[in-house]
Amino acid sequence: MPGVTAAPQHSTVVVEIGGVPIRLRSGDPAFIRLVQDRYVGYVGYSEGASFEFDVELIPPGVAFGDGDVQVTSDSGRWLMRRGDFHAEMDLSTARGRIKQTINPYSLDSVLRIMHTLLLARNGGFLLHSASAIRNGRAFLFSGVSGAGKTTMARLAPPDAALLTDEISYVTLQDDRYMAVGTPFFGELARVGENLRAPIECVYLLAKGPENKIEPLVGGAAVRGLLGNILFFARDLEFVKLVFDAAVEFANRIPIRRLTFVPDSRVWELIV
Amino acid sequence: MSNKRYVARSTAIAARVLGDETMVMSAVNSTLFTLDEVATVIWESADGATPLEDIVTNKICTQYDIAPEIALKDAEGLVEGLAEHGLVVLSDKPITQPTTSHGVNK
Repeated sequence: MPGVTAAPQHSTVVVEIGGVPIRLRSGDPAFIRLVQDRYVGYVGYSEGASFEFDVELIPPGVAFGDGDVQVTSDSGRWLMRRGDFHAEMDLSTARGRIKQTINPYSLDSVLRIMHTLLLARNGGFLLHSASAIRNGRAFLFSGVSGAGKTTMARLAPPDAALLTDEISYVTLQDDRYMAVGTPFFGELARVGENLRAPIECVYLLAKGPENKIEPLVGGAAVRGLLGNILFFARDLEFVKLVFDAAVEFANRIPIRRLTFVPDSRVWELIV
Repeated sequence: MSNKRYVARSTAIAARVLGDETMVMSAVNSTLFTLDEVATVIWESADGATPLEDIVTNKICTQYDIAPEIALKDAEGLVEGLAEHGLVVLSDKPITQPTTSHGVNK
């Protein structure tokens, strides 16, 4: 029809989080569109990608065993499985496949697992936390569900760039710990800004009658951190990598307990 | 007949001394354990070659004001608890091989 141009159909899409491009291939344009919408701000179509997954979409109702996440490594392959997906990645070829139904949640989990495994090899990790950049520095607000991650994100002042309200990406870059925006969101239901900044501090959240900051050191800091690091694989190498990463991080970055009243005044302390 | 007990740290763990305490994470189930100051002394001495009784006599009783029999009983309780979680291996003989298994070697 004159004057009307059809939108280009892609069979692949690249989701780049933390500077790691992962290509997804699917013959179903609806799945590609779903990925484009879900990871807006983090998608591209470039030829270069660090890893590639062929995505095989299966009919609804098909499940793979019980519902718990299982992550194992076998002869250079990572195997990732949950009731709603089955994925594997061959590290020697950087190619893998995902079997799942057409939904955004399964892929989200595979990407989170992939990034935890990749980050662990580089001294980084994914942390259950909201994070924001203010004055060129990143602040992380960590805690379990209900601790106040999304609350802190909602209360953030206009000059704070929100990286996520749920899962923070912590990576080592030039021997500095950086926080990087992620599309992994919580109750805020909004992808984070695709930015990065050196980490100034991690606050472990607790709601209380007054705003208060207390430093945590040694074992208390490591315990607080490890309790909030996303952790899937159970093999010895991975456990040691994540443990060492947490100890090293706690040695170099201040870990503090932030007790706060859920109103905007708490951000007066975050400078 | 000897009734000495030997204790060796498992290799299926990650551990780090932080100040007066030791953080130990099990690779079996990723559970995190914290050892206090006295437990850290035993942990660091758990080389599989030194009898637990000698560790208590030479490392605990010389540093802390505690009767040897009470210290040994406490130490036995500690290492048995650690063995239940797979963090150490116990044996009535010196342990020379790297250990990853749960429980008690006989």
